[in-house]
Amino acid sequence: MTELVFTKQKNINTLNDIHEYHGLWSWVTSVDHKQIGIMYIGTGLIFLLIAALLALVIRIQLMVPMNHFVSQSAYNQIFTMHGTTMVFFMGMPILLGMTVYLEPLMIGARDMAFPRLNAFAYWIFLFGALLLYFSFMGGGAPSAGWFAYPPLTEKAFLFDPGTTYWALSLLLVGVGSVATAINIIVTAFTLRAPGMSMNRIPLFLWMMVIDSFLIIFALPGLNAALVMILFDRLLHTHFFAPNFGGSALLWQHLFWFFGHPEVYILIMPGWGAVSEVIPVFCRKVIYGAGFMAASTVAIGFLSMGVWVHHMFATGLDNTTLYVFAFTSMLIAIPTGVKVWNWLATMWGGSIRFTTAMLFATAFVLQFTIGGLTGVAFAAVPIDWQLTDTYFVVAHFHYVLLGGLVFALISGFYYWYPKVTGRMLSETIGKWHFWLSVVGFNGTFFVLHILGLLGMPRRVWTYPRGMHGWAELNMFSSICSFILVFSFFLFAYNLVYSFFKGKIAGPNPWSAWTLEWATTSPPPPENFDSLPAVNSRRPLWDLTHEPDERVAGIGGQPA
Amino acid sequence: MDITNAEFTSVYLFATEQAKVIGFLHYADLVLSIIIALIVGGILAYVIVRFREKPGDAEPVQDHGNTKLEIGWTVGTGLILAVLGVLTAGVMYSMSPPLGTNQPDVIVIGHQWWWEYRYPKLGIITANELFLPQGMNLLFEVRGADVVHSFWIPAFGQKMDAIPGHPNFLFYKPIRSGIYLGTCSEYCGADHGLMRIIATVLPVARFNAWAHGQAQVPPEPTVAQAIHGKQLFMANTCIQCHSISGTGAKARVGPDLTHIGSRTTLGSGVIPNDLPSLASWITNPQKFKPGCYMPNMRLKPADAHDIAAYLETLK
Repeated sequence: MTELVFTKQKNINTLNDIHEYHGLWSWVTSVDHKQIGIMYIGTGLIFLLIAALLALVIRIQLMVPMNHFVSQSAYNQIFTMHGTTMVFFMGMPILLGMTVYLEPLMIGARDMAFPRLNAFAYWIFLFGALLLYFSFMGGGAPSAGWFAYPPLTEKAFLFDPGTTYWALSLLLVGVGSVATAINIIVTAFTLRAPGMSMNRIPLFLWMMVIDSFLIIFALPGLNAALVMILFDRLLHTHFFAPNFGGSALLWQHLFWFFGHPEVYILIMPGWGAVSEVIPVFCRKVIYGAGFMAASTVAIGFLSMGVWVHHMFATGLDNTTLYVFAFTSMLIAIPTGVKVWNWLATMWGGSIRFTTAMLFATAFVLQFTIGGLTGVAFAAVPIDWQLTDTYFVVAHFHYVLLGGLVFALISGFYYWYPKVTGRMLSETIGKWHFWLSVVGFNGTFFVLHILGLLGMPRRVWTYPRGMHGWAELNMFSSICSFILVFSFFLFAYNLVYSFFKGKIAGPNPWSAWTLEWATTSPPPPENFDSLPAVNSRRPLWDLTHEPDERVAGIGGQPA
Repeated sequence: MDITNAEFTSVYLFATEQAKVIGFLHYADLVLSIIIALIVGGILAYVIVRFREKPGDAEPVQDHGNTKLEIGWTVGTGLILAVLGVLTAGVMYSMSPPLGTNQPDVIVIGHQWWWEYRYPKLGIITANELFLPQGMNLLFEVRGADVVHSFWIPAFGQKMDAIPGHPNFLFYKPIRSGIYLGTCSEYCGADHGLMRIIATVLPVARFNAWAHGQAQVPPEPTVAQAIHGKQLFMANTCIQCHSISGTGAKARVGPDLTHIGSRTTLGSGVIPNDLPSLASWITNPQKFKPGCYMPNMRLKPADAHDIAAYLETLK
């Protein structure tokens, strides 16, 4: 395939062959989107392992009733840090990192539009994340849960500085996220290669551009709320203190105005990754590309108007609740369209079940289950019953772990050869996959039942003698060990293959998008020349007659 | 906590009319979800078996999509959701009709980390153990005293957040007698998991007997230890937080103790209510409920025992 590589430096096989990347100093001072992307993803993966270990402590504590494995106050800090870490220090950096790594390669650009802003965003994220972890030594980690409802977060109820660290840290991380989101949008709008019209950019990037708009529009809600709680805690204002004329519900509106788009911000890169992986391993063009892109736009708009479904039990009037129930149900339609299109892409294909494809396949089913339990929460009376129970814990882990994380892992197996020049071990990969599937479904499926049996979330322990609770919790906890082990196996695979993996070559999967038209790993300048871009699959076009060419977005041949 | 007498805790045990109505919607949604999951899972299983790569496979036909099919499954998904949407609206409005001028029968107040129950029409204030008459549609007012809590008994169906400064209302019509358990369902700080709910639904006659007893001022203690206990209670800081009707203790910070002797549990369902447990609770509540607002009073064990002996007389 060497004739399909559009860079002069053809002797690059691993990161070690790129002398510009040698030495710690080259990384610390880098404004190269690939180095920044790798640092983003690496940091996110380290936080993933930390948060997985925190989750394991939670599961050990809940293994048996009236357990004292960790103290109540440690437990409250641990689940707060688990949630906060997974959302802000695992999900966000990995999705932003994947995008800043892939975007210039996918559109045939040399770098992001604002390379220095890119570096700034990473470092301020890292600083913010470390600040929060410093709180363990600085007077106590936050313990109000990842959505930190006041008045509990007021100083009268949580006097230790944990909540203050939490708010400051998320403000810093939020600044970084917005900076990168702007960068992603500007890059996509201004730096596309000749011929790369908006309807020819890969679906992953389509979704990430919409994702970036969501970041820009949603984060101000969180930032405003964070500043207000900081003022309440540090300057003795009373935004959220009802006894002094403040409103406890104000925070919930502001937080979920951010928080619900946030869950779509998290899941969109997952959709994007499987929308790249499934076609390549089925040897088929994505089915209904136009509907895939349009449904993402629809979800982007709708996701800004569903936040009250997190507040159905707050006693708002029925009319308000019903409007938000309606929009929440509506959002299931474009989401369903995606599932049908992935299935239709697989239909009639010639499917190679590599580890990447296995994870993408499991994603489709697990994400569907998470979506269906999500629809249940849109039906207000079911939400009245099941919100804040283990049923909701099961729901969002199906969407974010069985969905997002499985999709990201699928993307890692797919793009790791491009990033490092070496293949991830497929043998370890298959073990990783099956242990993940068993561990994940074993841990989280039974939590649906625990919710139906009335177990609320975030309880430090539970009484003896509740029918079924002890048995189901024990089962879930045992499976969680398998799940956490699978993550460490993945980490081992990432490290082992970095040194010992098979040399990948430029395009090991015979993929079709531009990032595969350069060496693996790409040289600092990415490309010297580019193939003609006449469709969404430029590398496919090089080996196929024009009349076989793929249609552009919108269903028309582009 | 002795929960051996309690009913099975489950959202499928319909102890109120409202839970039964939600149950209908719940089953409808469950059936729809299982059907859709089976369809997606079935197609996926078929695709995995049928379209797995085989040696010598030709390059698959490049099918770019079909607008009619796309519109078809968009509309199909929409129709299923429309059914669910109509059912949802119906259930919502039947469960929470307009309040009109109704006064609440029960006021539930969530405190860190215990429940206060007031019956304004009966003049009763009690804590942690809720009693309800069977067969009457009761209006509940749910308040939060300090932070956000949530009042939920799975067998009763709907939960309602207890938000300070934002009173909420809901209806329950208990239709089965028995003891039902719940726990605070909105994270409220240190002892969130130990903020348990015990609700007893009684036939109307037995409920009236209970209410009559609760409305009485408890008799003076007669045993020496209990008399000494009362003196200690009134002389110590106990009265800064607790109230006992008919005495000088009138504070409303902690649970009302007027009829504490009639309760089966202590500390919001954390330990059983008997003399030794109460004495050790008084000696050091932090042992049973770490972080709770009742401090270790540093009482002599004998004094704690006498106070417990007094409180146990308050039936």
